[in-house]
Amino acid sequence: MSTDTAPGRPGAGPRARAVPILSAESVEVAFTAGFAPGGGRGTARAVDGVHLDVAPGEIVALVGESGCGKTTLARTLLGLERPTRGRILFEGAPLRYRSRDLRSYRHRVQFVQQDPMGSLNPRRTVYESVVEGLRIHEGTAVDELERVERALSRAGLRPPERFLSRYPHELSGGQRQRVVIAGALVLDPEVLVADEPVASLDASVRGEILRLLLRLRDGLGLSALVATHDLGLAWNIADRVAVMYLGRVVELGTVEEVLSAPAHPYTRALLSVLPDSGLGEGPVLLSGEPPDPKQVPSGCRFHPRCPVLASGEAERAGVADRCVGVDPAILGGGAGHRVACHWAAADESGRVDEEAASNR
Amino acid sequence: MSAPTEPTPHGPEPTGSEPEVVLSPRALARRRHREALGRFAREYARNRAGLFGLTSLLTIGLLALTAPLFIDQAHLTVTGAPGDGYQAPSVEYPLGTDNFGRSILDLIIWGSRVSLAVGLLATFVSVALGTLAGITAGHFGSSGGRGGRILSSVIMRVTDWFLVLPTLVMAVALAAVLPRGTGTIVLAIGLTVWPPTARLVRAQTLAVEARPYVERARALGGGHAHVMGRHVLPNVMPVVLAQTTLLVATSIIAESTLAFLGMGDPTTISWGGVLQAARTSGAISAGIWWYIVPPGLAIAIVALSFTLCGRAVESVINPRLRGPR
Amino acid sequence: MSGLLDVRDLYVTYAGGTGEVPAVRGVDLSLNPGDTLGLAGESGSGKSTVALALLRLLPATARVTGRILLEGEDVLQMRWGRLRAVRWAGASVVFQGAMHSLNPVRRIGEQVAEPLLLHRVVRPNQVQARVAELLEQVGLPASRSRDHPHRLSGGQRQRVMIAMALACEPRLIIADEATTALDVMIQAQILALLERLVKENGIGMLMISHDLSVLADACDRVAIMYAGRLVEEGPAREVVHRPAHPYASALSAAFPKIGDPASRLAPRGLPGDPPDPADPPPGCAFRPRCAVAEPVCATVDPPLWPLHPNPDGHSDRYAACVHVGPEEAGASKETSPEETSR
Repeated sequence: MSTDTAPGRPGAGPRARAVPILSAESVEVAFTAGFAPGGGRGTARAVDGVHLDVAPGEIVALVGESGCGKTTLARTLLGLERPTRGRILFEGAPLRYRSRDLRSYRHRVQFVQQDPMGSLNPRRTVYESVVEGLRIHEGTAVDELERVERALSRAGLRPPERFLSRYPHELSGGQRQRVVIAGALVLDPEVLVADEPVASLDASVRGEILRLLLRLRDGLGLSALVATHDLGLAWNIADRVAVMYLGRVVELGTVEEVLSAPAHPYTRALLSVLPDSGLGEGPVLLSGEPPDPKQVPSGCRFHPRCPVLASGEAERAGVADRCVGVDPAILGGGAGHRVACHWAAADESGRVDEEAASNR
Repeated sequence: MSAPTEPTPHGPEPTGSEPEVVLSPRALARRRHREALGRFAREYARNRAGLFGLTSLLTIGLLALTAPLFIDQAHLTVTGAPGDGYQAPSVEYPLGTDNFGRSILDLIIWGSRVSLAVGLLATFVSVALGTLAGITAGHFGSSGGRGGRILSSVIMRVTDWFLVLPTLVMAVALAAVLPRGTGTIVLAIGLTVWPPTARLVRAQTLAVEARPYVERARALGGGHAHVMGRHVLPNVMPVVLAQTTLLVATSIIAESTLAFLGMGDPTTISWGGVLQAARTSGAISAGIWWYIVPPGLAIAIVALSFTLCGRAVESVINPRLRGPR
Repeated sequence: MSGLLDVRDLYVTYAGGTGEVPAVRGVDLSLNPGDTLGLAGESGSGKSTVALALLRLLPATARVTGRILLEGEDVLQMRWGRLRAVRWAGASVVFQGAMHSLNPVRRIGEQVAEPLLLHRVVRPNQVQARVAELLEQVGLPASRSRDHPHRLSGGQRQRVMIAMALACEPRLIIADEATTALDVMIQAQILALLERLVKENGIGMLMISHDLSVLADACDRVAIMYAGRLVEEGPAREVVHRPAHPYASALSAAFPKIGDPASRLAPRGLPGDPPDPADPPPGCAFRPRCAVAEPVCATVDPPLWPLHPNPDGHSDRYAACVHVGPEEAGASKETSPEETSR
């Protein structure tokens, strides 16, 4: 069951109506046994039915704990993983997996990885790493050097000539991540897919890299999907945020809607444990760890850990049976505030009051 | 994880301290590669055993190359032998003569030409084969989809099959079936000693394939050839290099063995051939030690030198192998 | 005042390939039982070096000077036997990355029991009971002691590490990025656990992290390190919410408060990179990245200076910046009470 709690927000209107540049349509990615170390047999559904749209010029944050499937979804959007069901759409056309189609797709959609040390070949200079994409798609171009230098300075490495002949181990973490971003920018992409782009960087450098991503969006109209565990990152740069739990998007909406007025108990719990959380209540500690994607609980996949169900609030709202027995419908991927929660759907009025309280 | 693929860990050099001369990126890259080579040479020079191996190889190689300048080829034929049969070592014949009266020293020096050439060529064949099989199996096994995994399994099963076959028996069989000649020996050895290289390269390939930069290259649109050629091969090369130097020793011994068993080309002189001639002429029972010991010693010294070089290269590219000194 | 831990004038210098690299340059810290002190800083700021120096766990190439009093006893003067006893019974460390700190082929119970047997804290026949008690204390069922580490999740392994650290009832726990690799939810669980253990057992905790917002919540006091020195120290919430040193405010702003309109679509960071410890800039080490640097900062490395002191000159907040000292901070440098010998 999904609810649109804030339909047609004026700000989200025009952007939402445009054809999404990149979208996932009921994407499901399953891995067969041997995928998880120490895991038993069975099929792990890392991504279990996800709709998600990225509009042109929009930054979408995909938030969740480790193991929730956000990295798999990001890799699937890049065509690095093939969905077992559903499809990826780029500018409305389904992505095809013949190597020619993938090549032209990867000219326009670029990847920024988590660990900038690992994502650069230690034996190649900055120049060689940045030029790699150009060489793949256009061979040796005449204006190669010029374009590499432009990409480096766009990524904030100035003056670019100073960095060309460096090796990755001679750069700081922030500089390495800028080189990775420059390697993506050199192809003038339309979409960046980033997986934890700042997780391994120092706090003071983190802000600079995020600012760079924002600047690229504003200056070049780049769209981006950023997978992260860091809600602060979403607040810092994203327009919309999708919260993932065990392979599903459980809450989706603009950053203000989701982070200031979370409706799903899981989002609320995530926010409540942040230091200085803006929510009026104390921290809601979920017991246990995220369950195994090989054994997705029946009914709502969050129900074994759900504080609302545990406290009997769901019972009072008369949805407890549905929580245990009925899987909430898969959320649409476009604009609008959507929640995959029986209780939130039933308890609309009560929750709006709380929203007002927590907004203060 | 596999340290061998990293550049020599000298820690981060202080950035920005070097003078920045405006050079084209390619010239700069070349300069950096030269510097890396220099570091490699300096590290290697610190390994005493490696230096000994290298010196002895260079000496032997020089002798083999320049042999026609100081050895009269006519003296190496049975008919043109300068001395009498079975002369003990003397000033004129430092290592004595064989049953036909040829100088053993000359035979040994001349024989090094064939032994080294066959050893190197056979190594080249087997390393090329092993590297190709290893990289292909490793690459397609980890990122080639279902078809790739099948291809990878097939390659590895073939490798395993060759691995469990007794190398020598196989080489003898090949040498017996194919027409006689040096090329056959090269092929027979090359086709039998590659499986360990393939396994080694495959393991290394899998380690490299797991690196995020390979994923990045794929996400940039790089195909199989790009990933294998630009990322995997350069990172596998150091291991291959070390393996090559170690394999040369194996190949030379294999060549000698084949020649000793009479599978070699009877018209060429090689160390194994000299040994075989010593055996068939009855030098062993007659106690003509100067006919038997020198070729055997030559084989041992060359094999040892190559092994020492290989170990030294290995220890330079993988510092963890360096034990406490 | 002699508390649990009293560090004075700590210097650590590594002998590098190119010369001496100062990693810690004059750090003072003190901690009372039942309190939690946070130490924040970026990679390379020297915070982990401080942690390792406290128990003399640094490599032999490091030269440590100064005074580290643990319950009145100088760690740097201790003999090996005494040090070994202190390392578990007096103070113990919980490191980041519990995956690699546990032996994968031994059962959890055996590993928790190891320090107990090694230091002969309990009699062999009571080890089982004590292990069960420890596991319960960190929120794991005692039956888990029969499992191998790979059966446990990351958070559970970190709990086992904490159980091991608690095994010999230490007076001081040093948590070095103990929650960094964990998910927010697990991190919150572990922090709550540590907080409870500190309060219940009256032990002191030194919590080292790059994440200032975590320290603000979990600690009583926070000290911020930059390039081997403390640049600000004070009550945790005050330091985080009203930082006095420009670096502290940059670090504090780097972790946005969700719901705060000022940080919405405006990530804040610092230009540039931390200084090379082998070659720190002259004057204040933070000057090259500082937005409010003055000409005087190029020559003066300001000491920690009390902030808003009460009439008798005491204060519970200190910052090392020319902007917070008295007008003539540069001139009065030599007479400053907080100045550490340089």
